[in-house]
Amino acid sequence: MPYEIDIDPAWGAAIDRIIAAGAPEQGLLNENCLQRSSSLIQILEQTQKEIGYLPENVQAYLANKLHIPLSEIYGVTTFYALFNTEPVGKHTISVCMGTACYVKGAGEIVAEFERRLNIEAGQTTLDGLFTLEPCRCLGACGLAPVLTIGDQVYGRLTPADVPDLIEKYYLPTKGEST
Amino acid sequence: MEKSVTNDTDTDTVLVTIDGQETRVPVTFTVLEAARQAGIMIPTLCYLKGINQIGSCRICLVEIENMRGLHPACIHPVNEGMAVKTNTPFIRETRKTILELILSDHPQKCLSCQRNDSCELQALTKQLGLETHPDGDTLPFAGETSDFTLDLASPAIERLADKCIKCRRCVSVCKNIQQIGALGVNERGFNSVIAPAFGRSLDEVECITCGQCINVCPVGALREKDEIANVWQAIADPRKHVVIQVAPSVRATLGEEFGLAPGTPVGKFIPAALRRLGVDKVFDTSFAADLTVMEEGHEFIDRLQNGGNLPMITSCSPGWVKYCEHHYPEFISHLSTAKSPQQMFGALAKTYYAETNGIDPNTIYSVSVMPCTAKKFERQRSDHIYFSETDGDRFDVDAVLTVRELARMIKQAGIDFLRLPEQPFDAPMGMGSKAGVNFGATGGVMEAALRTIYETTSGQSADPIEFLSLRGLEGVREAHVDIPGLGGVDVAVVHGIGNARQLLEKIKSGEADYQFIEIMACPGGCIGGGGQPLVSGPQRMSSDEDYRTMRVHALFAESQDLPLHKSHDNPDIKRIYEQYLEHPLSEKSHHLLHTHYQERPQYAAQKWIPGLTETEDEDFIVVPPWQHEPGMGEPAQPSHPVP
Amino acid sequence: MKIKALTDLQQIKNQAVDDSTMRDINHTLTVNVHQGTCGTASGAKEVYGVMVRHSGDNAARIIQTGCPGMCHHEPLVSVTQPGSEPCIYGHVTPDKAQAILTSHLENHAPVTEWLVQPNQQLQKRITLANCGVIDPEKIEEYIAMDGYFALAKVLLEMQPIDVINELKASGLRGRGGGGFPTGQKWEFAHKAAGSQKYVVCNADEGDPGAFMDRSILEGDPHRLLEAMTIAGYAIGAGQGYIYVRAEYPMAVERLKWAIHQGQETGLLGNNILGSGFSFNLDIRLGAGAFVCGEETALLNSIEGKRGEPRQRPPFPASSGLWGNPTLINNVETYANIPAIIRQGASWFSSIGTEKSKGTKVFALAGKIKNIGLIEVPMGTTLRTIIEDIGGGIPNGKQYKAAQTGGPSGGCIPTDMLDIAIDYDNLLAIGSMMGSGGLIVMDEDNCMVDIARFFLEFTQDESCGKCTTCRIGTKRMLETLDKITTGQGDADDIEHLESLAATIKNASICGLGQTAPNPVLSTLKYFRPEYEAHIFEKKCPAHACQDLLSYTIVSSKCTGCSACARVCPSSAISGKVKEPYAIDQSKCVKCGLCVNKCKAEAIECS
Repeated sequence: MPYEIDIDPAWGAAIDRIIAAGAPEQGLLNENCLQRSSSLIQILEQTQKEIGYLPENVQAYLANKLHIPLSEIYGVTTFYALFNTEPVGKHTISVCMGTACYVKGAGEIVAEFERRLNIEAGQTTLDGLFTLEPCRCLGACGLAPVLTIGDQVYGRLTPADVPDLIEKYYLPTKGEST
Repeated sequence: MEKSVTNDTDTDTVLVTIDGQETRVPVTFTVLEAARQAGIMIPTLCYLKGINQIGSCRICLVEIENMRGLHPACIHPVNEGMAVKTNTPFIRETRKTILELILSDHPQKCLSCQRNDSCELQALTKQLGLETHPDGDTLPFAGETSDFTLDLASPAIERLADKCIKCRRCVSVCKNIQQIGALGVNERGFNSVIAPAFGRSLDEVECITCGQCINVCPVGALREKDEIANVWQAIADPRKHVVIQVAPSVRATLGEEFGLAPGTPVGKFIPAALRRLGVDKVFDTSFAADLTVMEEGHEFIDRLQNGGNLPMITSCSPGWVKYCEHHYPEFISHLSTAKSPQQMFGALAKTYYAETNGIDPNTIYSVSVMPCTAKKFERQRSDHIYFSETDGDRFDVDAVLTVRELARMIKQAGIDFLRLPEQPFDAPMGMGSKAGVNFGATGGVMEAALRTIYETTSGQSADPIEFLSLRGLEGVREAHVDIPGLGGVDVAVVHGIGNARQLLEKIKSGEADYQFIEIMACPGGCIGGGGQPLVSGPQRMSSDEDYRTMRVHALFAESQDLPLHKSHDNPDIKRIYEQYLEHPLSEKSHHLLHTHYQERPQYAAQKWIPGLTETEDEDFIVVPPWQHEPGMGEPAQPSHPVP
Repeated sequence: MKIKALTDLQQIKNQAVDDSTMRDINHTLTVNVHQGTCGTASGAKEVYGVMVRHSGDNAARIIQTGCPGMCHHEPLVSVTQPGSEPCIYGHVTPDKAQAILTSHLENHAPVTEWLVQPNQQLQKRITLANCGVIDPEKIEEYIAMDGYFALAKVLLEMQPIDVINELKASGLRGRGGGGFPTGQKWEFAHKAAGSQKYVVCNADEGDPGAFMDRSILEGDPHRLLEAMTIAGYAIGAGQGYIYVRAEYPMAVERLKWAIHQGQETGLLGNNILGSGFSFNLDIRLGAGAFVCGEETALLNSIEGKRGEPRQRPPFPASSGLWGNPTLINNVETYANIPAIIRQGASWFSSIGTEKSKGTKVFALAGKIKNIGLIEVPMGTTLRTIIEDIGGGIPNGKQYKAAQTGGPSGGCIPTDMLDIAIDYDNLLAIGSMMGSGGLIVMDEDNCMVDIARFFLEFTQDESCGKCTTCRIGTKRMLETLDKITTGQGDADDIEHLESLAATIKNASICGLGQTAPNPVLSTLKYFRPEYEAHIFEKKCPAHACQDLLSYTIVSSKCTGCSACARVCPSSAISGKVKEPYAIDQSKCVKCGLCVNKCKAEAIECS
């Protein structure tokens, strides 16, 4: 067909792998159309893990492969907080905004990050290093206030801890590039 | 698709009590349907019978004995012994509060809204008695409002998202009935917005401009691209010779805009109305429909006899054609190359009519009145524009008015429509056969074409019984016709894109095989078109009979008394072939009456890859998107060149 | 190994018991490094590393388990000597670990100053019985604690209807929300017509401040698997789904591993224990939408759609996943099942109150000393929980309220501390059990601000399908924003109350129907705080920034200029060595000056 989705072939191949991998393991993508849509969230999650975010061409590619209208995929990706349609920073700082953290000053932690990184919650720093993302309760209320950077959980924080945390992730990255 | 309201064959019934009245209803009923049977009209907003039954607006809430809270009547099933209250002070207060909440996120510019007086939200405020206190100046709950950008880029459909009340009717009709899914629900909560993916314009996505979304929108959030101003301007311009063509189904539906019940034929008033608007000539698209039958019929015979691509699929419905180009490019070579009646008429108005009457085609302003929004898109297809270095771009059709727009013009002109004198259409393009008029309903094209094919090839008159199975409103209808001289022909008639898609998939998988298929994008065909008068949710509930069935009755009533039965017997058709076109599929008719199609992307993120064109069929010329076509992700061009 | 029959199960148990007896004979110490999410985040992994590396040949057994529920002391290490109570060390660092090795393991002298009190005497642990005790990654340890014996009993000795009757007799009610009788729910799904049925576990623990489900998933995942398989047998389902939050990566990993072990051993899959019954489990990840904790929204999410709730009826028990009968329970509900089957309905129903049987897990958090997970019999008073188990309010502050039920619940004031906690009592006072988050607030918390916090949460998490929740919660939040920023009007309270009534009665799902609860309960018990915000433009708790005013007490000011230098809006001016002053029109109420002032001359009111 003369129209093709404008996508990096490496991304396309990665998505093909994810879709194919979903099939044998979970009995997905069989003749049963219902099962196919059932795997959509899984596939989106893995695609985002691989590519980092879910831009328009990626979603169109998925729509085409899975025979699901693009509007439906987009409806799903904008419904769930986990999915990003814009690129995110190398490190996502997720500050828990659960009740326990809130009553123990999570708002001040967010404010301190906003001030130090010069961005607002939900934004990414210009150098693409950090995304600041208030998030839902992480269930680590015993350590309130908590945040995660990548897979690492940090607890019992005060605004004074913020500069150290930024430095911890900022320096190694800079080191790599030089 | 449609759920029958009174199904007498249901033996399972239950006894329910609604506002103290006992009534026995089928067990399949909802509380809303049961209440209606008991003579109680519960107010609704998001509910649209058979299309949108999701209980999201919460206007139809009722109290049910022994159940906590309030429950939406529109989707709550009945059960034996159920006792329902629909009109307590608590319910009235709650409904009012809900309505006030909806209004708090609605522009409330009713006086200058196109839907003023036809808005279902407005009707509801009246029904629920919503009034501000004399000394209070605003409704309660003022706060942040949804502020979404307008989408005016499509040549056919405008989206005014700030007026949207998120009832999701348009999403349902687009996704479930038409099975396209150009519109969806994006984001969530207060920020949710009904729009194409990634906030694209309808012009950039796979929208086929069928306008079914407009037909179901309760408010003014979706509407056709209004071309009234251009038409008024052309009429007022003394240098312009304004000709107007009226599509067959318009005569079956225009009356609804003037308060008549669906199913009231008003064809006799139309010519006089248009003349009073000030147009110079009033013609009938049925004439062009007859011409389409001639060309398409002969194309079919040619394909059948000379090994052309089969099945051949009709191309009168521009929404269907666009759908095919987006989603089933492999069927493009199956589309009849015959132009639609509108475009045949448009091409002839500026050639045949201009030449035989000594009028400079550049002074002709050609208007069509259509039941269709996709016709607005169709008239802007590149093949229907004559590009000229000296005279500028010349459109075969300069403006398309929906039935709604025509009604607005008639009202603006102060014409008392129902008291107009009966007048005929103008010659030489004002006479259509019964077959041509029946184009307005699903199956009409197929029936007309088959009759002409039958009689031209066999020289015998066709038995009308043979085609009866093609009538009706079943989603897919089939027939096998033995045509002397051609052999057996399997045909199918489909309406509604969802049904069409199912059929195409069956053909692809080899499950079904036909030689000739009629596809109409809109459910019911043109009588259910996206440019037809709006039928509100309560109106759809108020009658047991589907409004489209009633419109088909009106169409048949219009065609019944016509002296001419068959397209090939139309003397005006005979004359145009004798005087001008020579014969069907002649070189001249190829030039004027046939067209070609092009593949279109499904997603804005698709790009054109040159050299991937597969087909060598000469009728299938792939036109790359940089030839400014609407609906291709390019910004829409001005609706017509400056006169 | 494959476990094909009851005898295999018994053998594994015996083996495990033998192992521990052997250890007993050798006087082996067991060092248990607790590694739930909280523990790991506090450094338990490093501690574990030190323990393993340096335990040397003193023959101690070093194991890792889940969370014992004493989050405030993480990382925790317990050292168990056969025949005596475990010694629990809190706030263990790698250095401390080294010292514990030397002192306790080698010289048998516990380091007493690092020991913490377990405080379990008022608790009764049924669902949490194994959490922090067994290694969650070893199916044998679960079996050693009688795991999968309930399943064996059900499959080999009971008919499905017997299971349901046992559950009904136990009086168990759903632990996730409204407290619907579990046995009845199972019965509906059992009786529903249809050959294809599903069992679903709602592990989308979304209530902020609740983490018991996470703890069970991380610390005792096989308990859930066993219970769901029992449910599958009881209702006639062959497939189950566990819908778990993606925000719980460790729980997901442990579940995956447990499912893998189940399949390896044959305790999941075809012909379980030779009974002819087959059952499979899959995990579905929640992708960050609180509303998916609502059961019908969860079903849509499993189906790969937007997690929007469906109108009920039809209920999931008759029309759930893909229109098939579906049983949905949450983690804690399922976690009760194996014990009920093993120990009997009458044992279970002997615990708790008349209408609320068994125990309830609470996640204590907020302004309370012993933050953590506790499990107490239904009917325990709030005072017992907060003062005796929770250790009271830290820093000498005054108790103000306890919030239960998350965004669907309400705030309980001081004079209600003595109510016995069960489903009905909590409902009666305008709160609800919910999933069991219990957040304690002290005098520094503003109740209007807390109500605003919850409304902001529900408004943000509203799916947007129904009018009342989509626009109604937004309007309530706007009103609360007005009040907390000093722009409240006299009729705002009335306004909130009427809107709340509409949202409660008219919304599609539980999220909407309960969204107004935090506002209604704070209005009921803390109305004067609202009135202070509205009429006096003051926040009595000094929490709402816009209502604060900072002033410099001239007599205390030393004129050092520190405050003026730190002020971001240049609102403070004065001459050095003379008292400074704050220009109220410029002050942005950030509070930086208060922290900077060494003379404590700046007052906030």
